[in-house]
Amino acid sequence: MFGFIGSRLLQAIPVLMVVGFIAFALFAFVGDPVSILLGQDHTEAQRIALVHQLGLDQPFYVQYVKFLWTCLHGDFGVSYRLAQPVGSLLAERLPATLELAITASVLAFAIGVPMGVYTGIHRDSLLSRVFMVGSLMGVSLPTFLLGILLILCFSVALGWLPSFGRGPVVHVGSWWTTGFTSWAGIRALILPGITLGLFQMTLIMRLVRAEMLEVLRTDYIKFARARGLTNRSINFGHALKNTLVPVITIIGLQFGGIVGFSLVTETVFQWPGMGLLLVQSVAVADIPVMSAYLLLIALVFLLINLIVDLLYYAVDPRLRIGR
Amino acid sequence: MFDSDFAYSFRKSPVAVASAIIALILVVAAVFAPWIAPHDPMDVASLSLLDSFKPPVGMPDADWSNVLGTDNQGRDVLSAIMYGMRISLLVGFLSVLFAIVVGIAFGLLAGYAGGITDTILMRIADVQLTFPSILTALLVDGVITAALPRTMRDALQIYVIIFAIGISLWPNFARTVRGSTLVERNKDYVMAARVIGVPSWRIMLSHVLPNVIGPVMVIGTLGLGLAIIAEATLSFLGVGLPPTAPSLGTLIRFGDDFLFSGQWWVTVFPGLTLILMVLAINLLGDWLRDALNPRLR
Repeated sequence: MFGFIGSRLLQAIPVLMVVGFIAFALFAFVGDPVSILLGQDHTEAQRIALVHQLGLDQPFYVQYVKFLWTCLHGDFGVSYRLAQPVGSLLAERLPATLELAITASVLAFAIGVPMGVYTGIHRDSLLSRVFMVGSLMGVSLPTFLLGILLILCFSVALGWLPSFGRGPVVHVGSWWTTGFTSWAGIRALILPGITLGLFQMTLIMRLVRAEMLEVLRTDYIKFARARGLTNRSINFGHALKNTLVPVITIIGLQFGGIVGFSLVTETVFQWPGMGLLLVQSVAVADIPVMSAYLLLIALVFLLINLIVDLLYYAVDPRLRIGR
Repeated sequence: MFDSDFAYSFRKSPVAVASAIIALILVVAAVFAPWIAPHDPMDVASLSLLDSFKPPVGMPDADWSNVLGTDNQGRDVLSAIMYGMRISLLVGFLSVLFAIVVGIAFGLLAGYAGGITDTILMRIADVQLTFPSILTALLVDGVITAALPRTMRDALQIYVIIFAIGISLWPNFARTVRGSTLVERNKDYVMAARVIGVPSWRIMLSHVLPNVIGPVMVIGTLGLGLAIIAEATLSFLGVGLPPTAPSLGTLIRFGDDFLFSGQWWVTVFPGLTLILMVLAINLLGDWLRDALNPRLR
């Protein structure tokens, strides 16, 4: 078990090195930090002094190692646009993005799984067909358009829910902020959560349905019926449990997708998260923010993959014996 | 491919026929926009602020010269949509084409050469597939734009977008082509060609390629839907095409500002057009997949 985690962590190192190299290459080859920092008027001596101070006169590989070293210490440079350290900029926006992503995932899971189970068991009923057609619509609907239509419906026409921002947030600990504690904060989460979660929901529903159809045909389900178990116990205790391994994989991998996709949702709802920061930074070519975001998102993906692997052990006892 | 079986299964599927008709109407409207659009939205001289925010037909104060209403500058929404679709379809089509060319090249190479080439190319594809394609497209777009001189950005933006979206989609094609190539590589005709001394690149291009192209058509169709959505999303985020060439996504972004002042038509009609276009393409792609898959017949 620990050997397994160790080998996964070792595999992650080259990936991080490569992503780190791309992030470093962005710094080194795109844009010119010296001219940005010096401005219009400067002497040649000032320029050389700054180049030396930034370490830009050193060999390429020395700069790369230095870059990785400062990144490991949480120092990602200074944003060109906001003139603030990128590390703290991202840290103060991280809670907003994570809360939104968690809300969307929970919504997708809590609605998608029952819908999938239902359409798997009653595959020809009218409601199942409605769900299936609806899921096709969900896949074809661009995220940002769904957000706009929801705002039009629930904020403009009906006036029930807020259309932008996080609402009031409460500080927890030294840097985390949460919107979960107040009713207004939860209300602000509803529309962005649905917007971000709908695609994942349709995906989970289709996956659970396909797996249920597969499992319900197997012999042990027939045997369970012959034993006279209740439908409920068969469907949820026996069938659903055995569909969970692929479902967990997808949910895990999709959580990364949700964090990535949240940049669209965050822009539509002006949600003060990392995605909105990235979009604003790309628009003005703010390289330090872009490369730090790239590193951070790679780290998030690797962590998620590790957690997914560990969850397999929890869900599927067969895997524990083999290794 | 266009044998009678294929045509028969097309006629038998009302969904496929309906999607094809909708897609055809939209494509015709886009391609012939300069001749059939009621107004020219690019002609600034013909715009009048007096005509701004006219509602669509069916609401009070509407008239038939602007069926879907006008925007804040008095631009006809229907005409803007028709011109916008040209750009959306063009960018979508070219970026899928780019992704297909790159995907086929790398997929053939990985599948035919095998070994270390295969491992490296497919590792890259795997890593890229774990990232959402919109994130890849956004970062590629941002980096290239930053690297370009400021004066050339607007002129080159459309190629940057096509490149960024194409790069974000190539792994899908490469994996499919590689999978089929692995199967074809061991067949007798490839062996025969190799024995008589045909060079590898020729075997790949003129013998293996025609046999692996089928599935590429299917994911190409579905990829077109993805590419159109990706372009619309980038334009909506404001990092896509310059406002001088508004695509559907740009129109939606402009209209988004007027949502709260009640002029919903400026954003809703381009949005519905986008949904209709992507839905028709996806349904056609779904049908194509089923029709070309012999196991489902």
